[in-house]
This record gives sequence, C-alpha cells and structure tokens, in this order.
Amino acid sequence: MEILTRDGGEDTPKVILDHNNGFFEISGRSLPEDSADFYGPILEWLDKYKDSPRPETEFNFKLEYFNTASSKLILDILSKLESIDGAKVVWYYHEDDEDMQEAGQEFADLVDVSFDFKTY
Amino acid sequence: MKYIYELHKTMVARNLILVYEGEFTQEITKSVLAMAERNMDAIGEDSSIKRKVFNVMVECLQNIVKHADEIEEIDLTDHNAAIFMIGKQEDKYVITSGNPITNDKVKILQDKLAHINSLDKEGLKEHYKDVIKNNKGLSAKGGAGLGFIDMARKSGQKLQFDFEPINEEISFFSLKTVIRRVVTAD
Repeated sequence: MEILTRDGGEDTPKVILDHNNGFFEISGRSLPEDSADFYGPILEWLDKYKDSPRPETEFNFKLEYFNTASSKLILDILSKLESIDGAKVVWYYHEDDEDMQEAGQEFADLVDVSFDFKTY
Repeated sequence: MKYIYELHKTMVARNLILVYEGEFTQEITKSVLAMAERNMDAIGEDSSIKRKVFNVMVECLQNIVKHADEIEEIDLTDHNAAIFMIGKQEDKYVITSGNPITNDKVKILQDKLAHINSLDKEGLKEHYKDVIKNNKGLSAKGGAGLGFIDMARKSGQKLQFDFEPINEEISFFSLKTVIRRVVTAD
C-alpha cells in the first residue's frame, strides 16, 4: 500500500500512514478551513487498509491542538479503527495539558477501541 | 484626526490588546492567532491559559468566517465586515466578536446559547459527546453549536451574547467569552 503523508502546517497536522513499516500517526495542530476536505484522503486510506491490515495497528494521535470541526473527523477515523482487528490508539498529550487528556478520554468513551495514554 | 486619539484611548481604557475589523478568512484567522500567541508568549503567559485562549479564539474566528460565507451568499456587501477583539486584564482575558448573521439564524443561535448556559461542567461534557456522536447538523466546517459548547467548556464561564437588528434581513451578533487568568491549583 502506498504511504500517505502530509507535512504539518500552521493549521493542518502532520500525517504518516505507513502500512509497510507499521507506523500510523497524526500530530501537531488541526484547524483546517475544511476539515472534511483534509481528512477525506485519510479516511479513504483506512478503508483500503482495512482489507489487509497488519496483525497489530497502533495508531498515534499526538495532537497539540484540534478544533471542534476536526474532532468530528477524528471520531470518524476512530470509527474506522473500530472495524480493524488488532487496532488500538495511543493518545499522546503534553504532561500539563489536562484538556487534551480529557479529550482523549471522551473519544475513548465514544468508540470501541482500546486507548493507551502517554505524555510527552 | 482626533478620532485616532479617541480610538486609542478607548482601546487603552478597555485593555484591548488586539482589534481586527474587516473581512474574515482562514488566512486572517491564522494571522490573528499568530499575533495573539506572540503577545501571550512575550509576557510568559501560563501555558494552560494560553491554550484555552487559543482554543476559544479559533472557534470564535472560524464561526465568523462561516457566517461571513452565508452573508456573502445573500450579497449584502455593505454588511459583511465583522469585528474581533481580545482584552487582557489583570485577572482575565475577554474574547469578543461581532458579526452580521441572517435573521433566520437569530432564534436558533439564541436557543443554542441559552441551552449551553443552562448546563454545568458535566452537562456540557455530555452535550458535547451527544452532539458529536449523533452528528446532529454537523457540516465540514463544524456547526451544530459544537464550537459554542467548546468555548463554554474552555472558559468555565457563561457565554454572553446579544443580537442587534440591522434590517429585515440581518442582525448583528455579539459574543463575549471570558477566560480567567488565575491558575487553579491542583
């Protein structure tokens, strides 16, 4: 499968989805003008990945900030992960960022995927 | 030229550190955010307060952009400008916005904001989860008041709002969010 990458920008996160090396990460800031437009390719990539996933899929969210429009799309990504066997989420948050920790816990409540919480 | 001095005095009296009036786009949003961030960095603002202010600013600014698109559609070119302000006082940041909206939105916004203000911390959390999970009226640019819920959560205070009729088609929507600068000890 082709690797999907996006360089992080002022208002968009860095994305690496790499099937061969088993590395899946979204990091940085997410406040794009059109979140569906930005996250669309990521959701499509996951749809394809679902057909031949690795035995384990550790998906890292290392977000410094995301807006409410992005939160809806993050939930869409998590819903895709729900249907992938062996998928789990590692939710990173800055050690003094309680709001980001809480945001992760809320997502964990909404979907049936296991979450690990780590600070950075 | 006296208006320059008058405007300056008003800004000082109201502790306004940033005022932007005019057209709102994503590019403008990014610039305003960068300026406010630099300002907070320069005074060594506490990181958790900085994050809350940033959060509220984004939702506020992107709301204005979204409504500006709707106003543009009905082509009221004289009325598509909006205003955004940040005030910094000893104990709080005050984030204020004012923008034209179509009159059919007034009641909807009023109801959403009144409902949000009726909820406590736990109620807001449940409301947020409910809206995001059920996808109620969410568009690619947000919507369904998710931004307002987030602003209320990050602020920890009631949202203050007002609607001033401009004409039969549009009203001026003002919104004020307060973020306390007092760091709560754990």
